[in-house]
Amino acid sequence: MKPDPALTNIQAANSSMTSSRPLASFIRATAAIVWKDLAAELRSRELLSAMLVFALLVILIFNFAMELDAKARATVTSGVLWVTFAFAGTLGLNRSMAMEKDRGCLDGLLLAPVDRSAIYFGKAIGNLVFMFIVEVIVLPVYSILYNINLFRPGLLLVILLGSVGYVAIGTLLASMAVQTRTRDVLLPILLFPLVIPVLVAAVKGSNGFLQGLEISEIMPWLNLLIVYDVIFTAIAFMVFDYVVEE
Amino acid sequence: METKPRLLTILDGVTIILLAVATALVFFFTPIEAVMGNVQKVFYFHVANAWVGMLGFMASAIAGIAYLRTGKRSWDIVGMASVEISVVFLLIAIVTGSIWARPVWNTWWTWDPRLTTAAIMELIYAAYLLLRQGIEDPDRRARFGAVYAILGFISVPLTFLSIRIFRTIHPVVIGNADPSAQGSFDMSPAMLRTFMFSLLVFSFIFADLLWHRIRLGHLADKVEQLKLKVTQ
Amino acid sequence: MIETRKLVKRFGVKTVLRGLDFQVQEGEFVALLGPNGAGKTTFLRILASLARPTLGEVRISGFRLPAQAAAVRQRLGVVSHLPLLYGDLTAEENLRFYARIYGLRHQDRRIDEVLGLVGLAQRRRDLVRTFSRGMQQRLAIGRAVLHDPDVMLFDEPHTGLDQEASAMLDNVLRDVAARNRTVVMTSHDLVRVADLASRFDILSRGIIAASVKRQDIDPNSLLAFYRQAIQEAPS
Repeated sequence: MKPDPALTNIQAANSSMTSSRPLASFIRATAAIVWKDLAAELRSRELLSAMLVFALLVILIFNFAMELDAKARATVTSGVLWVTFAFAGTLGLNRSMAMEKDRGCLDGLLLAPVDRSAIYFGKAIGNLVFMFIVEVIVLPVYSILYNINLFRPGLLLVILLGSVGYVAIGTLLASMAVQTRTRDVLLPILLFPLVIPVLVAAVKGSNGFLQGLEISEIMPWLNLLIVYDVIFTAIAFMVFDYVVEE
Repeated sequence: METKPRLLTILDGVTIILLAVATALVFFFTPIEAVMGNVQKVFYFHVANAWVGMLGFMASAIAGIAYLRTGKRSWDIVGMASVEISVVFLLIAIVTGSIWARPVWNTWWTWDPRLTTAAIMELIYAAYLLLRQGIEDPDRRARFGAVYAILGFISVPLTFLSIRIFRTIHPVVIGNADPSAQGSFDMSPAMLRTFMFSLLVFSFIFADLLWHRIRLGHLADKVEQLKLKVTQ
Repeated sequence: MIETRKLVKRFGVKTVLRGLDFQVQEGEFVALLGPNGAGKTTFLRILASLARPTLGEVRISGFRLPAQAAAVRQRLGVVSHLPLLYGDLTAEENLRFYARIYGLRHQDRRIDEVLGLVGLAQRRRDLVRTFSRGMQQRLAIGRAVLHDPDVMLFDEPHTGLDQEASAMLDNVLRDVAARNRTVVMTSHDLVRVADLASRFDILSRGIIAASVKRQDIDPNSLLAFYRQAIQEAPS
């Protein structure tokens, strides 16, 4: 076969592509990974349906496990919500990483000439989107089932900050857990002790907004969430290489 | 094969003697506290154990960073040894704390920041050990252990802080008074002496056990190597 | 093009590669043979920049591994026995994803070309989940040549393929190798590689025990040559 001029052009173009802007290629790779996860999920809907059904079941179990009158329910709502998110989140984290590991796709990502952290950010953002989708569905369902208005902007802010922290460290730990023998079982064991500050702050913060407390009382929790998010995203960014490279 | 270093044998002896002295001090040479009575004596070893338990945390995080940077197996052994030892010390601290709390606070447990954080630390240690158990490749085991040790170490202050704020904003009252206030006391010079001495003794015990464990780790590696030589 | 010098790889206390020296010139097609557990996959993973050497030097296209890994990866195409494809995406979407992370220009055109090359143009909108193993392997090769690499590494690509699929794969391999690419392929199947390769190297007990060019040996004696090489290798 004769050498294809189009191919030669591409090769020349590619060599000029690599030496240029690492930031652009980083963003492009991250975006490609997020797109890939969303597209695959849109088609199979495995992950989301599992997370959703699980979340609703957890709420159901809480209903029977704690027989609550209307008054008690108001104070316990934040706790129930965050326990639900934490457990459903674990499902999502596990599945998202397992998808890469099972068909060797992680190698495919590692073979690409991109910074490893792009893989981390891509997966983390994908995981975050999935968590948001679940949260966006659980909130109205809970509101209806328990006759509580959960649509306060403050609450949504806390859910945002809390989910970011959870996913930041969850994605890193999931990358580790998926490479061990004990896999799915190990992720909650690794994750929950480390994510306690997020849970405490998120529950208290959510509760604060639901009870209509003063902003000054809720600020410490928001600050704690922000600090946690920043610290653990930074650390995950720094150590991710060691977790995926051999 | 390597023989046990002389210094280690001496350290063993010294540590045992120190422990005996400390025990004697606690029971025979320190006054009995006025309010709590004899149970207060648990305090000397309890705090020392807790201190050593936390020491292990720091040691494993530092060893973790060192391992990631240098890739030397020795750092991994140090990190693992620290966790293995400290998980026991911390457990002893929690249990002795419980024993002390029962008569003094009238409860086996409270959810105050220090205890809760100690319990969480213990769970992080356990998670670390479970993580290592699930990995076969020694290099990966070391890397993941190092990463988790670092993550664990950094999360602990944040955890403590979050529970502290929790308590300040919503002070939970147990019984009639704030329990932590109820348990405090002033130390006489004799008590202080016993206290500091206990801290010293347990640091010695930590160092001694750590050395033994590190040695054990290296010897285990040697055994692996020899096994391979024989089977090939 | 590919060069390793005194390459050592240890897993804990176990040494898999013991000072391996290996050289491939541009355009050569080297079949890397050896018994199970000899270290072929480990060696290939190191060349593919997926694993780090414990000691020794590795150079690909003049770039050192692992220091200049990004430059190497741009010029490297890898096909392992796992397909490295996403089952829930179509063939086209899989290629588009890889085109994106490799930062290619003229993505559409390139994807069309590659699909044609591996004979999957008709199935481009089908989910990879529905592909047979042979088709997945062909698409995997498509993925690997998408960015037009200089060097290609194949790890037992014929694993799990039936006769017909294997034959199709061979055609694609010849096509791929024809563009003056440097190829290293590990294999169990002597008969298969006898046709394709220009050189045969035998990896045994952690080093290259023997190497012979295609032109210097009668294909019928290949098996005997192989057997002798793995027996003689020092432990």
